[in-house]
Amino acid sequence: MRIGLFIPCYIDAIYPEVGIATFELLQKFGLDIDYPTEQTCCGQPMSNEGDNESACRAEELFVKNFSRYDYIVGPAGSCVKQVRVHYDKLDQTDDVKHVRENTYELVEFLHDIMKVESFPGISFPHKVALHNSCSSIRGLGIAKPSEIMGVPFNKSAELLGKVSGLEIVELDRPDECCGFGGTFCVTDEAVSAQMGKDKVMDYVANGAEYVVSPDMSCLMHQEGIARKLGISHLPFIHIAQVLNGGPFKE
Amino acid sequence: MRERVIDVEKNAARFINQDDVHERMHDKNLWAARMKRDKIAETIPEWEELRNLASQIKEHVLTHLDYYLEMFEENAVKNGAIVHWARDAAEHNQIVLSILEDKRITEVIKSKSMLQEECGMTAFLERKGIIVTESDLGERIQQLDGQLPSHIVMPAIQKTTQDVAALFARTIGTDPNDTDPHSLTEAMRNNARPRFLRAGAGMTGANFAIAETGSFVVCTNEGNADIGASVPPLHIASIGIEKILPKTEDLSVFIRLLSRSALGTPATQYTSHFTGPRKGGELHIILTDNGRSKRLALNDFWRSLKCIRCGACMNTCPVYRRSGGLSYQAVYSGPIGIILDPTFDAHKYSELPFHSTLCGSCTEVCPVKIDISNQIYKWREIMAKRKLLPLNRRVLFKMAGGIFARPSLFRTAEVAAAKILPVIPDFIIYNKALNPWGRHRRMPVFSKDTFRDWYLKNRKEKNNE
Repeated sequence: MRIGLFIPCYIDAIYPEVGIATFELLQKFGLDIDYPTEQTCCGQPMSNEGDNESACRAEELFVKNFSRYDYIVGPAGSCVKQVRVHYDKLDQTDDVKHVRENTYELVEFLHDIMKVESFPGISFPHKVALHNSCSSIRGLGIAKPSEIMGVPFNKSAELLGKVSGLEIVELDRPDECCGFGGTFCVTDEAVSAQMGKDKVMDYVANGAEYVVSPDMSCLMHQEGIARKLGISHLPFIHIAQVLNGGPFKE
Repeated sequence: MRERVIDVEKNAARFINQDDVHERMHDKNLWAARMKRDKIAETIPEWEELRNLASQIKEHVLTHLDYYLEMFEENAVKNGAIVHWARDAAEHNQIVLSILEDKRITEVIKSKSMLQEECGMTAFLERKGIIVTESDLGERIQQLDGQLPSHIVMPAIQKTTQDVAALFARTIGTDPNDTDPHSLTEAMRNNARPRFLRAGAGMTGANFAIAETGSFVVCTNEGNADIGASVPPLHIASIGIEKILPKTEDLSVFIRLLSRSALGTPATQYTSHFTGPRKGGELHIILTDNGRSKRLALNDFWRSLKCIRCGACMNTCPVYRRSGGLSYQAVYSGPIGIILDPTFDAHKYSELPFHSTLCGSCTEVCPVKIDISNQIYKWREIMAKRKLLPLNRRVLFKMAGGIFARPSLFRTAEVAAAKILPVIPDFIIYNKALNPWGRHRRMPVFSKDTFRDWYLKNRKEKNNE
């Protein structure tokens, strides 16, 4: 089973430690992992603006880079959602179909495909606020959206539950959007910032020591807000860093 | 002449920045409505099944609309109602005016109707010298303030009690220091009562129109539609052609969903069925299209016609809650507004689809399962294709597309960002006009080494051994 590691552009440039954690974590399960070095972006920023023509150029490159793998795994819900859901504008060749069907977000890959039972030797004795992104919840289905009635499930929480010492704090608005929204965060900065502040204050009010998410893009926005508010002792980290036991940014 | 593009982002920023009270209160009250909705939905084990059924019934009707509309007309006429057909707002308003002029009526009392809002009916009638009074408390507040409804079911939700007290003091002469909601409501009751008695006609909308019986149903919490339809001898009901349900029993699905989704209550206080005119009275029904047939022909957007106007998507929308409904400067605001308003004027409302994080909560909360979030996304594509986006944004994303299509260019850009960002002075980085990111957020730090650098240094060879 050959795994193509998909490291979204902003993780590559801003959060390489998240890429490293993801790579090391997947290796622990004895998987054959390859990182196609010519990868750039999944096309999401252009697509979100409605500009499919520009998005398609990045998307075609993505398919070219990843079609040779059995599974494509990336530590970012919204980017994976882009590949799975929004590559419908491309010609649906066998390669495109293969890539769309076999691209997984890290949490769902560990939970659904690897069916991981434990993370031996990993402990994280902290109170953690879990932020599943909207794309992960309502786009990929890694947790039950609060709007839908029925039996609750939360794949990220299940994985974190296997880490020794980790305690998940309850939030007042657990799956409320944090206001990142890609380009929304700059085109609609007043609303975006207000949503971000409310999110950060929810963490603080409920005693979180860390904020953990499978989506670093939401955290980039939330961390920026928290630091500007003067909240300096609340680290925002990716779930791969917790499940792998690091590395953390110095 | 083209109307100016609505700058919803700027309006929303103003709503947030006006003080520390309004946005806070708005967000809190609407979130509370969403929580009440969750709580009451949980008590119905078949909730998701109800949503499915409601969606299927609506889709069935919308794909057999001609059949059910004619059935409704036939039965309504049998009941003694007079049925009119209006192609658009102008025809609708003209029909209302002719009925009133015919009977020399100069004053009407009306309950809430989004369709009449769409048609701009009140302003039209007032220009013709007819006094129109809104009888729903929230709508009356908005009318007195010269504003559109800010929410479908809570029209004045953006106002505080203090705002209402000041407005009433100015317009109906209450004590400006009296901010007690009960006393303010009582003052409005006393002000409205003579208007009910004077009115020559009562106007309503309809929540549902039943094809097999020719009846229609109006849901309110204040009973205002009932007085309006019962005191004056003439009742005029404006009904959008998408409001049809085949059978009375279908209401057992929709009535259970409507108020639970809207306010988290089991049902509205009043669910009134109107079947023909009352004794000695006259009932006119105006079946109105106003763009609905055109929308029905749009492959990506026809499902928006399933909407039952509950406002659940507004209550749940994190962007709407922070923006206030008036920021959309449209009859419909919030998620449902984003997908309906451009069908009336794609240019004027071209910015609305971008006033969303695409979080998807609206789609999941919708009692008739409209794929609202997907439709917002689709509207973005249309705005981009029709080049309705500001030029700087169009060019920016073209450039980004070009960079991401070429790995070497992308790597150059990464290196440039890592090198340049740290040496840009703070006054530029945190200048709002140049960098909207920096006003409320610290800048992220670009790494000296990318993940790719690490991989090439540490793992590539090991990996290929």
